[in-house]
Amino acid sequence: MTDILYLISAICFIFALKGLSSADTAKSGNIYGIVGIVLACLGAYTSSCNLLYPLIAILLGGSIGIFISKRISMTQLPEMVAGFHSLVGLSALLIDSAAYFSPELFGIVNNNGDIYISSLIEIGLGIAIGAVTFTGSIIAFLKLKGVYKGQTINLVFNSFIGLIVILFLITFTITADIKYFYGLIIFSLLLGMTLIIPIGGADMPVVVSMLNSYSGWAASGIGFTLQNDLLIITGALVGASGAILSYIMCKSMNRSLIDVIFSYSQIVSDNKNIQNKSNKSYKKGAPEDAAFLLKNASSVIIVPGYGMATSQAQHSLKEMGDILKKEGVSVKYAIHPVAGRMPGHMNVLLAEANVPYDDVCELDEINNSFATCDVAYVIGANDVTNPAAKNDPTSSIYGMPILEVGKAKTVLVLKRSMGVGYAGLDNELFYAHNTMMLLGDAKKTTEAIIKSL
Amino acid sequence: MAIFFQNLWNDLIGWSHLISANNLHSITVFILACFVGYYVVWKVTPALHAPLMSVTNAISSVIILGGLFALSNDGLSISKVFGFLAVLFSSINIFGGFAVTNRMLQMFQKKK
Repeated sequence: MTDILYLISAICFIFALKGLSSADTAKSGNIYGIVGIVLACLGAYTSSCNLLYPLIAILLGGSIGIFISKRISMTQLPEMVAGFHSLVGLSALLIDSAAYFSPELFGIVNNNGDIYISSLIEIGLGIAIGAVTFTGSIIAFLKLKGVYKGQTINLVFNSFIGLIVILFLITFTITADIKYFYGLIIFSLLLGMTLIIPIGGADMPVVVSMLNSYSGWAASGIGFTLQNDLLIITGALVGASGAILSYIMCKSMNRSLIDVIFSYSQIVSDNKNIQNKSNKSYKKGAPEDAAFLLKNASSVIIVPGYGMATSQAQHSLKEMGDILKKEGVSVKYAIHPVAGRMPGHMNVLLAEANVPYDDVCELDEINNSFATCDVAYVIGANDVTNPAAKNDPTSSIYGMPILEVGKAKTVLVLKRSMGVGYAGLDNELFYAHNTMMLLGDAKKTTEAIIKSL
Repeated sequence: MAIFFQNLWNDLIGWSHLISANNLHSITVFILACFVGYYVVWKVTPALHAPLMSVTNAISSVIILGGLFALSNDGLSISKVFGFLAVLFSSINIFGGFAVTNRMLQMFQKKK
């Protein structure tokens, strides 16, 4: 019976992911996911006796989870996801520790009471992956929240920690000694931190997807330890999903995963380009000028970035779009894959503001339309529009596909200040003859534009 | 020389016993599941990548099963404490993950 429930549950999880292939089926996909989890727990219950503690833990954890999900704003989504990933890592770590201390509960001991070597390998790997996911996600969480900026870490130091983890892993599998068990935990926790600390802010979407992937592999690891197919399947699904997202993010930045993980020099090089920009002139506009331009345009493309998220400008943006549409202006939204701090972040924010699904276009779909559009409205996006990615081979973002907003007749750039973007680069676009800068809070500027319309 | 290879071969056979039939079965399932995941996830539209992350986060918390197993024995042990905490943390994830996904998907759906 248990196995049948697990099988159905695994199928439900596959449908949960498949549902996300279109917005119409996505909600039913989520229901499949919930059914899958419930069936899995039912399957586990039939083979256990004591219900009290599990119920307490589930009720307690469930209410905390629901509470968090209600309180969180869509802007904070990336840090919430990172926080949740750390919990998967921590749980995996706890379960593997439980398996080490009470192997008989999991049926992984031979007649002499020793843990099988294959199980020791699985426990060791599970602990390493779980611990790295745990501390790595915490660092990512702090970085996304803006509490912690990160610093450079020597590559040699990091490889050294990695080597120690591998050594502990080997000695632990051979000896099953508790000393090595603790050593493995401590150094894996450390490795999780040192891996994520030096990664630059612009690479955060990759990091979040990568940790998503790790949390999946951690679940698979537990599945190997418990000889449980459901956990193996689910972990593999999640692991593959995170890996694909990381790949897509990397490709959208024209970087390799290795490059992102080991880009230790990035934070240091950030400050190089900043000095020489003060003498360049740019055109500064008022909201009234922008309103005039927008009103007289026949097509407008809006390019949102993380700045829109931080100033919560999506609602006023949608309002502005509606007014323009009433005036007969065509309004579209162009979303770069790495805009924001996690995959699909901008889409969620626009959906929150009720922007029609069909008006939101991906990079490839819309990039040719900039040449024929009258106004490109860049709101809080910077690096994804930087022409240096096309023109300047020395730039750190050279080769990254960008939204070619410069081809529009007029470019309106809403920005807090003339400061550099997350990648720490100056943007030639701001000094172009057809660009008008609207400095200030993106939401307030947009509201001022709405007033003048 | 021949004796060396003979010994090496024997050692390898000795090691291969460590990989039980169960393990081979697990590896098979794992690899096939990776393929399923690969093909299913490529079909997900980019617009829904954020819900994809939160839903995968929720379902990866099926590791709650591990915690439930650890809780299933009688008496008090350190493993039981670990199990309790694992169930607690995974539940935060499961409930939080599905609820947030649901919230997001509602936003995507209402302008139809």
